[in-house]
Amino acid sequence: MSTLEIKDLQVQVATEDGPKEILKGVTLTIADGETHAIMGPNGSGKSTLAYSIAGHPKYEITGGTVTLDGEDVLAMSVDERARAGLFLAMQYPVEVPGVSVANFLRTAKTAIDGEAPKLRTWVKDVNKALGDLDLDPTFSQRSVNEGFSGGEKKRHEIAQLELLDPKVAILDETDSGLDIDALKVVSEGVNRFRGREGKGVLLITHYTRILRYIQPDRVHVFVAGKVAESGGPELAEELEANGYERFLGEKATA
Amino acid sequence: MTVTDAARESVESALEQSSTPSFSHLNPPPSYDLGDHPAPTGREEIWRFTPLKRLRGLLDGEASETQLTWDASLPEGLQLQEISKDEARELGELAPNDRPSALAVDRAVRTVLLDVPAERELDEPVVLRLSGESVDDLVYGHLVLRVGAFAKVTVVLEHTGSARYAATTSVLVGDGAQVDVVSLQDWDDDAVHLGRDAIRVGRDARVKHTSISFGGDVVRMHANVEYAAPGGEAELLGLYFADAGQHLEHRLFADHNQPRTKSNVVYKGALQGQGAHTVWIGNVLIRKVAEGIETYEENRNLVLTDGCQADSVPNLEIETGEIEGAGHASATARFDDEQLFYLRSRGVSDEEARRLVLHGFFQDLIRKVGVPSLEERLTRTVEAELAKNVRAGLEPVGTGGTPGGTA
Repeated sequence: MSTLEIKDLQVQVATEDGPKEILKGVTLTIADGETHAIMGPNGSGKSTLAYSIAGHPKYEITGGTVTLDGEDVLAMSVDERARAGLFLAMQYPVEVPGVSVANFLRTAKTAIDGEAPKLRTWVKDVNKALGDLDLDPTFSQRSVNEGFSGGEKKRHEIAQLELLDPKVAILDETDSGLDIDALKVVSEGVNRFRGREGKGVLLITHYTRILRYIQPDRVHVFVAGKVAESGGPELAEELEANGYERFLGEKATA
Repeated sequence: MTVTDAARESVESALEQSSTPSFSHLNPPPSYDLGDHPAPTGREEIWRFTPLKRLRGLLDGEASETQLTWDASLPEGLQLQEISKDEARELGELAPNDRPSALAVDRAVRTVLLDVPAERELDEPVVLRLSGESVDDLVYGHLVLRVGAFAKVTVVLEHTGSARYAATTSVLVGDGAQVDVVSLQDWDDDAVHLGRDAIRVGRDARVKHTSISFGGDVVRMHANVEYAAPGGEAELLGLYFADAGQHLEHRLFADHNQPRTKSNVVYKGALQGQGAHTVWIGNVLIRKVAEGIETYEENRNLVLTDGCQADSVPNLEIETGEIEGAGHASATARFDDEQLFYLRSRGVSDEEARRLVLHGFFQDLIRKVGVPSLEERLTRTVEAELAKNVRAGLEPVGTGGTPGGTA
C-alpha cells in the first residue's frame, strides 16, 4: 500500500524582496499504485512541489499537510522522508566528487533498508539495474554525477529508483534534455518500477512527449502554484493540441 | 567554490613584473651562514602567517644533543650512513634557504645519508619512523636522500611523538630516476615541526613528493623543487587536517630553472574547531631560461565548522612568455548544501552524508599518493578526524536545516 496525500500545501521561498509565495494551496492524492502527471508551464511551481515534498531546505512550508500512508511527511527530516519511502528523481542531479556510484548506491541502500545488502546479490542487482538503463558496468566506478552527460544523469536517477525501491517516486522533469532513445530507456525503467506492487508515481513534466511512453492515470494542469484542472489522460491530449493558453487565460482573469 | 580574487591579482602582478630577479623575491637566497637568516620578527613575507611565539624558542637555535629515535625498514643492501656536514655539501645537497633549515644543518648532531644506487629498483617502500619523547629539548635533523640514475624508490618519513624539531631533507634525484617521497606529520598535540624538503630533479626524472599533516601544535613544511637539467617532472601533493588550535602550514616552491620541466601541485585540507588555522603558499618561479615548461597548482580547503581560518596564496612569477602552460586554482568552501541534500534525499543521514563528501574530497588525492599501505591508513585517519568533530558536538557549518522538521 502507498498513498501520498497532499492537502492545501502552501510554500514560500525567501527572496531579496522578502518571502515569496510559490505554492498557493495544492491538493492532490496519489492512491495506491497510481501514476499522476503534473503538467504546467515554466515557473508554475512544479519543481517547488517536488522539492518541498522531498524536504529541500530552501522551501518553507507555510500551510497544509503531506502524508505518506498517513504518516506526517513534513515532520520528517530529508533522509527520514527517503527512508519512509519517498524518492525524488532530480532535474539537476548533484555532483559528489570522489564518491563512486558503487559506494553511493551501497550507502543509500544500506540507509534505506537499515542493513547492508548481501554483497553477492547486490553486485548483480547493481549491474543489472545499470545495464537495463544502458549504463556500462564501469559506470559504477565513476564519481557520482561528475562528468556525466545529461542523459547519463537521468538514467542514473532511474537506476537508483529501481534499486532503492521506494513507495512513491517523484520524477522532476526526468524527460527534459533527453533524446528519443534515452527517453525510451528511461521510460522503460519507470514502467518496470510501476509494474511492482502498489507503487505510486508523480511525474512532473513540461511536455506531453513522455506520456506516450508512461501512461498516467490522472493528469493535473499546474498553473500559478495551484492545480488548475484535473482529468484523465485525455487532458494531456488536449494540452498537446492546444498548449497551456486556455489555463493561462484563466489565470489572467482570476 | 570560488577562485579567490587575490589569486588573480597575483597572476596579473607577476605578469606585469619586467625586472629579472636573480632569486625569487618570495624565497630568500640559500646560504649556510646563520647571519643571512636572522631571527624573524613576524612581519617578513615568509613568516607573516606563522605564530612565532608558539614555536617556543625553536628559532633561537639553542644547541642540543637530543635526537629523534629512528626506526627504519630498509631493503637488503640499503643502509643509513652517517656523513659529515662537508660531505653533504659535496654531494650537492640544497643549501638552506631559511632560518630553520640553516639551524638544522648547523646544529644537527649527525647528518644521515640514504643512498640508492643507480638502476636499483625497489618495490617495497623504505620507511623511516622518527619519533620524539618530549618537547623539553630542541632537536635538529639533517638528511640527504640520494637516488642514482634510473633508480626507482619510495621513501616514507613518519614523524610521531613529541618534539620541537627543525629539519631539512635534500632529495637528489639522478637522471631518469623515479622517486616518491612521503612525509607524514602525525605528531602529538604539543609538537612543533619546522621542516624543509628540497628536491633537485635530474634530467627526465620524475618525482612525487607528498606532505601529510595531521598532528602537532605548529607544523610548517616547505617542499621546494628545482631542476638539474631539462625534462624533469615534479608532482607535489599535500593533505592536511587541522583541529581546534592547530596551525598547519605548507609552503611550496617550484623553481623552473630549466627548460621543458613540469610541476604539478595539489594540496587539499580540512579544518574543524575553534582556532584551526591552515596556510598554503604556492610559489612558482618560471625563469627566463625555462622555456616550454608546464606548471599547475591547486589548493582546496574544506571548512567543517565555524572558528577556522584557511589562508591560501598562490604566487606565480613569470620571466618568460615561452611556456606550455601555467595555471593555478585556490578555493576554500564549506560543505555544499546541495550535495548534502542530494545524499540525504537517498536516505543517508546528515552525519553519513558529511562523511561521504569529506571522503570524496580527499579520495582522489589519497589514490594519487601511490603507497597502498598508506592509502588505507589515510582514509581511516580522515574518518577518525571527522568522527572527532561529531563526538565533540561541534556545530557543523553549511547545514541546510529541516523545514518543519524534528531532526
